[in-house]
Amino acid sequence: MDTCRSSSQAPLHFHVPQPPARPGEQPDFSYVEVSDAGAVRRPDPLTDPADITDLSRSLIRVLGNDGIAVGDWDPRADADELRAGLRAMVRTRAYDARMLTAHRQGKASFYMQCTGEEAFAVGHAFALRRGDMFFPTYRQQGWLIARDWPLVTMMCQVYSNDRDPLHGRQMPIMYSANEVDFFTISGNLATQFVQAVGWAMASSISGDHRIASGVVGEGATAEADFHHAMTFAATYRAPVILNVVNNQWAISTFQSVASGGHATFADRALGYGIAALRVDANDYLAVLAATRWAAERARANGGPTLIEWVTYRVGAHSTSDDPSRYRPESEPVSWPLGDPIERLAAHLTAAGEWSAGQQEQLLADCAAEVRAAQQEAEQYGTLLDAHSGDPRSIFEDVFEELPPHLQQQRRWMEKLR
Amino acid sequence: MSAMTMSAALRSAMDVMLERDDRVVVFGEDVGYFGGVFRCTDGLQRKYGTNRVFDTPIAEGGIIGIAVGMGAYGLRPVAEIQFADYVYPGLDQIISEAARLRYRSSAQFTAPLVVRMPCGGGIHGGQTHSQSPEGIFTHVCGLTTIVPSNPYDAKGLLISAIEDNDPVIFLEPKRIYNGPFDGHHERPIVPWAEHPLGEVPDGYYSVPLGAAAVRRTGSDVTVLAYGTMVYVAEAAATESGVDAEIIDLRTLLPLDIDTIVSSVRKTGRCVIIHEATRTSGYGAELSAQVQEACFYNLEAPIERVTGWDTPYPHAQEWDYFPGPKRVAAAFARVLEA
Repeated sequence: MDTCRSSSQAPLHFHVPQPPARPGEQPDFSYVEVSDAGAVRRPDPLTDPADITDLSRSLIRVLGNDGIAVGDWDPRADADELRAGLRAMVRTRAYDARMLTAHRQGKASFYMQCTGEEAFAVGHAFALRRGDMFFPTYRQQGWLIARDWPLVTMMCQVYSNDRDPLHGRQMPIMYSANEVDFFTISGNLATQFVQAVGWAMASSISGDHRIASGVVGEGATAEADFHHAMTFAATYRAPVILNVVNNQWAISTFQSVASGGHATFADRALGYGIAALRVDANDYLAVLAATRWAAERARANGGPTLIEWVTYRVGAHSTSDDPSRYRPESEPVSWPLGDPIERLAAHLTAAGEWSAGQQEQLLADCAAEVRAAQQEAEQYGTLLDAHSGDPRSIFEDVFEELPPHLQQQRRWMEKLR
Repeated sequence: MSAMTMSAALRSAMDVMLERDDRVVVFGEDVGYFGGVFRCTDGLQRKYGTNRVFDTPIAEGGIIGIAVGMGAYGLRPVAEIQFADYVYPGLDQIISEAARLRYRSSAQFTAPLVVRMPCGGGIHGGQTHSQSPEGIFTHVCGLTTIVPSNPYDAKGLLISAIEDNDPVIFLEPKRIYNGPFDGHHERPIVPWAEHPLGEVPDGYYSVPLGAAAVRRTGSDVTVLAYGTMVYVAEAAATESGVDAEIIDLRTLLPLDIDTIVSSVRKTGRCVIIHEATRTSGYGAELSAQVQEACFYNLEAPIERVTGWDTPYPHAQEWDYFPGPKRVAAAFARVLEA
């Protein structure tokens, strides 16, 4: 009888989300609802998350198309601070371009750019304090550059050479830089998101004043550790900023495969009772303002904030990826939120604090700086030569001290060299 | 000195370390107010406060994940997984993160954490309250894996584990929380109060990691055992009259191979016992290492007495659990050879 009844209904159909455009089609970003700059209210940072649920559906923006800063979220940063941000973003892009070329020349085995996403990591690095711990993914090299970690050191890691601080043990770009509050990068996605929460819990257990900031891409929000991080952050009101960098793509997979496309990533915070913001991540001023808001909330024991940073992955996922096989070639230039470097330069120019000539000079200076750093780094070796980590070091740091079985295995290896 | 059960000794170890070191924190499911489903953390929250001893959401991946973050901050987390059978959601954090943190950061960041978990069968725990997953952890480089067999060792080893600057997997055979168990389920339980190793110092002491203990000296056969199986081996030796030398490994990795090798060179025979399933179990590693180091001293093939290669059954527990009868049969086989 049941079978008869159900046969009168339409059969079930299986839903698989698709991106709005594939190769050969016109890019379509009509799904991105762009709020006007200044349109979104700035609540008190200690506001009850339930009272700001509208902020998870709108987009915090400071810079309008004319480059003028407007609205409550204007961080009122002075020109020097903004020029420092601009410089760090330009250095980051120049570094990426140089390393991409080095990979193509066979000097490194792998590389990942952050082109188009520089504002989040750079602005975040400037907006947080020394001593706050950043738990990045592999696409926040802008933090290291903003915090003046030496470009040569970064390159030595990418080259796995004699001066690689990680002794050639890690794939390129999996940096670790404790001295600039940058946690060791793992290849396993989202693991650091819950570790950031634990670090923040430890800070509050210890009566410290430091906060943590963790990052996942929108694709990795589907990992269990995203849920773990949100649950533990909410339960213990951990002083942590939980960042979802939504660059629309997880390798070849469009963001709606992670989200279903029915809700924003910021919306996910609401069910956990976590404050949520959704921010134009190509707007450097909005990055500063939103980071400061969440940091103020965390430092005042107001608990965690989830921030969805809306941006676009301009480059390939990695040097092992070809985006022309799954998205329109012209998609990057059609992205409605523009380019973070150009927008900040336009803002400074509109304020009379910058000029086309200065921008040109900055680009040239950064290119030269990166070129010089590369020349120095390559003196210490690349994949093309024999300078890559002392083999004896393979066995170090597995444990604090070498246990007998590793001493023995090291002896076996040495005998055969 | 006090007479302590194994749970009381473990509780005492955490009490001592919470007192000595402000960085030590204890947490897990039902660990705080209630004091743990096996009473191992009883009273600790009342004594040290919710900042130091607290309940967590039911999420093993989250429990280990926050422990890694806390360790990176500089605390010394002692996390509890309620049953070893439920550690699997936390394996990514254990294997990919805790075990690799020091290596991948060249010691910029470390994971000085302990993950305690009740393990083993013999309690009618069925499939998900009886497992012995030690072989998963010994296969992961960067982890120290411990299985104590008595209250004295349990406290001393747990203190060493908490003081260790790297991640330690601390497996507690729940069948022997309250008293030694030799596999004779038909007999009444003997409490730890009647066993010499149930006498435990009240204050601080430690038992070194990576050191085995010879529980019984003998000349016929070397028995490699840990946890509950130490008592099964003792019963098998007594009942069969075989003069077995019983080595309680205590730390599975790093392994005290020297103690093992000198014993096997003396006896010429080796029987390995564990509750865990046979194929690719830790016994396979033990067997390989004994064979590599003692080939010319061996008078017989190395025997392994283990759980069967099946999920742990409920009703058929005593056909599954490697009891003294099965161990004695292995003794007979190696002595006949």
